[in-house]
Amino acid sequence: MDANAAKLIGAGIACLGMGGAGIGVGHIFGNYLAGALRNPAAAGAQFTNALIGAALAEGLGIFSLVVALLLLFVK
Amino acid sequence: MVNDPIHQFRIHNIFGPWNIFGYDIAFTNSNLFMGIIVLVITAFLLLSASKKSLVPGRLQSVGEMWYGMVHNMVDNVLGEEGAAFFPLVFSLFSFVLVANMLGMFPYFFTVTSHVIVTASLALFVVGLVVVVGLWKHGLGWFKLFVPSGVPIVILPFISLIEVISFLSRPISLGLRLFGNMLAGHIVLKVFAGFVVSLVALGLGGIIGSLAPLFMAVALTALEFLVAFLQAFVFAILTCVYLNDALHTHH
Repeated sequence: MDANAAKLIGAGIACLGMGGAGIGVGHIFGNYLAGALRNPAAAGAQFTNALIGAALAEGLGIFSLVVALLLLFVK
Repeated sequence: MVNDPIHQFRIHNIFGPWNIFGYDIAFTNSNLFMGIIVLVITAFLLLSASKKSLVPGRLQSVGEMWYGMVHNMVDNVLGEEGAAFFPLVFSLFSFVLVANMLGMFPYFFTVTSHVIVTASLALFVVGLVVVVGLWKHGLGWFKLFVPSGVPIVILPFISLIEVISFLSRPISLGLRLFGNMLAGHIVLKVFAGFVVSLVALGLGGIIGSLAPLFMAVALTALEFLVAFLQAFVFAILTCVYLNDALHTHH
């Protein structure tokens, strides 16, 4: 296989990492919502923590973007 | 290609380049927008604080909310000792927020969509964490990497993982902001490109182009949310990381 074609396929495969980030962020907000509906009084104080968790989970998804960019643009 | 989604991120020189010590130094559109960002923040905060009425007007309310939100954040995460870092966190938050928001205007340049800008901010933050931690706690700060209550057998591995996770912080902090802004603007441009190429097909294409048009409008709203959220996340993660430097026992 042409090395360039392999790079492009690799960049496409790297996008699968997005699914993992999606699962993580969905878990965090789903569980936050479940907890918030059980105890709405405590929900406001924990929203920041939910955002931090979502940001950390999303950061790992961004790494797959970086892998894709490295494959595409680094010679 | 006419609808090149990457074209919006191109940096071009406005003045220069001048050759200074062997480097090509130029005043670019990125620099211009950084200047505009600082100008917008300064002008807005000065304007909103100029009246100082007891019952705030619209402008003053926004200014107070802006200030109060960051103040609450610093106070909740860092506590009393964090007051010294409030100006830093406020500046970082304001810069990133206004950079993201200005980037949403058509033909405006998004400063935070360049990894060099976000990585510099993130490296500065994590570098500051190391400096403040060593200055406050001396060498005892390195206990951060040795969690208490861990069996001695697996402690070396845990420490190794802690060190690696600390070292990945500047990367993830910078890349999160960069990736979100870059991906968001590319998606917007791609959907706008769908509209243009569908309209070129004729009458059926014009009707069909309504779908990506509405999608582009909805994505614009989402991008405004992301622009605010990423600025907030950048500021709060700065606070969380600074908390490691100020309070090592956890």
